Amino acid sequence: MPGPLKTVRGIADLVPHGLIVKYVVASVFRVTWGFFLAVLAAVPLGLAAGWYRRAEMALNPILQILRPISPLAWIPIAILWFGVGDLAAVFLIFVGCFLPLLLAVISAVQGVPAVYINAGRNFGLSPIALMRRILFPAIVPRLMTGLRITLGIAWLVVVAAEMIAVNSGLGFLIVDARNAGNRYDLVVAGMVIIGVVGLLLDNAVHSLERASAFRWGFEEKA
Amino acid sequence: MNSLSGTNKLERWLWPILATSLFLLLWRYSVTWSGTKVFPSPGEVERGLAQLVQSGVLYHDIVDSLRRVAIGYLGALCLGIPLGLLFGWYPSLNRIVNPVVQILRPISPIAWIPVAILFFGVGDDAAIFLVFLGAFFPIVVSCVDSVANVPLIYRRAGINFGLTPPHLLARVVFPAALPQILVGLRIALGIGWLVVVAGEMIAVDSGLGFLIIDSRNSGKRYDLVVGAMLLIGVIGLILDLLFRRLETVKPVRWGFRNES
Amino acid sequence: MSASTRPTSATQGPTRNVRIKLRTENVSMIFQREGKALPVLEDIDLEVGDGEFVCLLGPSGCGKSTLLSAMAGFLTPTGGKIRIDGEIVRGPDPRRIFVFQERGVFPWLTVEGNIGFGLSKLSRSERAKRVSYYLQMVGLEGFEKSYPHELSGGMKQRVEVARALAVNPDVMFLDEPFGALDSITRLIMRGELLRIWQAERKTILFVTHDIDEAVQLADRVVVMSARPGRIQQIVPIDISHPRDISSPRYLELRDGILGQIGLAHRL
Repeated sequence: MPGPLKTVRGIADLVPHGLIVKYVVASVFRVTWGFFLAVLAAVPLGLAAGWYRRAEMALNPILQILRPISPLAWIPIAILWFGVGDLAAVFLIFVGCFLPLLLAVISAVQGVPAVYINAGRNFGLSPIALMRRILFPAIVPRLMTGLRITLGIAWLVVVAAEMIAVNSGLGFLIVDARNAGNRYDLVVAGMVIIGVVGLLLDNAVHSLERASAFRWGFEEKA
Repeated sequence: MNSLSGTNKLERWLWPILATSLFLLLWRYSVTWSGTKVFPSPGEVERGLAQLVQSGVLYHDIVDSLRRVAIGYLGALCLGIPLGLLFGWYPSLNRIVNPVVQILRPISPIAWIPVAILFFGVGDDAAIFLVFLGAFFPIVVSCVDSVANVPLIYRRAGINFGLTPPHLLARVVFPAALPQILVGLRIALGIGWLVVVAGEMIAVDSGLGFLIIDSRNSGKRYDLVVGAMLLIGVIGLILDLLFRRLETVKPVRWGFRNES
Repeated sequence: MSASTRPTSATQGPTRNVRIKLRTENVSMIFQREGKALPVLEDIDLEVGDGEFVCLLGPSGCGKSTLLSAMAGFLTPTGGKIRIDGEIVRGPDPRRIFVFQERGVFPWLTVEGNIGFGLSKLSRSERAKRVSYYLQMVGLEGFEKSYPHELSGGMKQRVEVARALAVNPDVMFLDEPFGALDSITRLIMRGELLRIWQAERKTILFVTHDIDEAVQLADRVVVMSARPGRIQQIVPIDISHPRDISSPRYLELRDGILGQIGLAHRL
């Protein structure tokens, strides 16, 4: 087990080859795609399923069974469908983000106070306008929290996926460093970098949460 | 708020059954249409699982996974709850520890696998260690947050009645924070279950996660892969439901009523 | 509007000739908000007699709740001293209990558990006796095993009052206790509080922004002005209980305070 000094030297070793930048970029690239695809799919579906109770009832059993399955358990299927490569990793992140996000949106919609909906109806909004002008803004604060948690999951999944399904990225760095010569200094260096990048991502969404346009929801709680 | 508030009993069963059958039908026919030789149909998954049950392998794998989760999770509880309460109770202590927690937290428990193997070798202990790590941080963070969120009014009332700090913690802060802590513990259990499966895919050679990887590597038995996945889902759901029953215990229920 | 209440300076202390229970000496409070000093209380001089019922009345933001919190020991004044029985207040104490709005009831305990909260030092049977006594006093028999979320706002408020009374404090601080109740329940609760006060003779400091409430309940009404909070006037209410709220004297006192605060009688 390397000490802090050796770890720092390990990080320094990675810098000159440009490997560190390459791997960080590769990991962030996969996370971005998987995450955005999941958001694009989950938010509209969640709005609809949260609004139409029957749809939620219908989907619920399937969602509840799929949810506890580790995204990693999808690895064989991801490789079967997409081969070893970026697409498999993106798929795994998508799978890991989609369900938590969908469930978060559904519960956020169901938590919107009835007064807002009634007020919207009172002004004669059509169902589509109701979703766009009432439901969506009303869930934004909780949605932001959901997004932050989901991005955290995406980051967890990409590291794990890279350890198995691809051969670049920070997860690969860890496995590779271990397999190719037990370079545990590089293993710990990789872990530190993973932690730091994860923290940065979390902070980015957090500052988005604090943007004044979304803040009404958070002040209400205080 | 929902589009309709009251639904009758019939619908409560009708829609899920309808959707699930539709899903299974879609699955079955897309296997036929695409002409895949590898991806299994629902029927094949069922036969594969039946085979495993008969050979007794499945039972051992399930017990192994559950044992690892139980030990790792209990360890995380025993260490995480007191620490979380402590840090929540002393905000200044929390400010010192928080940066470390925030850096360690986003590291995937999976990324610890090499470290786990280095410490414990391939085997049970490595997987248990991973479950412990996966559950530990969410437990600590949820305890810290829950304690910090206890309304000032309750603390003041407790102090007013002359409670000493240990009593204040035991009789006011802990019960007030309990509903929120339980939610955190439930989420941590879910994470533990996610992690054990992932850990077993790499660091051990038994358990449901190993079953998935092994079925794929030794002969592309994708019927067993999908079967194991479904099993993982069902067991995870059962764990979650069991935990939810805790939340309906009377002295705890107040916290969950207020939310709705 | 001619206020026929007496001038203030002479009535800093209690009207009846009793021992002084609580005294504030030149109390001031300055909060630091985003680097700026925000004076909340200034020069509060007040004496409260043993067993007296005093209302602190003022618009929201006048610092009356801050003053009450300081008296109870939750906040330390930045200037001046608060003494109870001649002793400087250094922190909260079970001899003086603060009653919050009904939000202060512990939701994880039953009605019984809440009322007995401060009695853990007593034996089980002694505790049960005290709890049932105060349960009866606030009229909650039959709800011993109920949880707060099963009770109405007024019932929760009774639980809080009973919880405070059960430890037999000398002083009770009530911070807009009936503020969240509907007006009918509020009227009933005022009557109950007076009945309990007359039976137990606690010293009560009661914060409210409701002029009628103050005049109906208090021996003296301390009218406060806002930003920074100062004592504007102290009005003794010289009507005996039970008070007739349509009597000329009641209306006169009420209108006097209305004028003091700067509100016309007619809207």
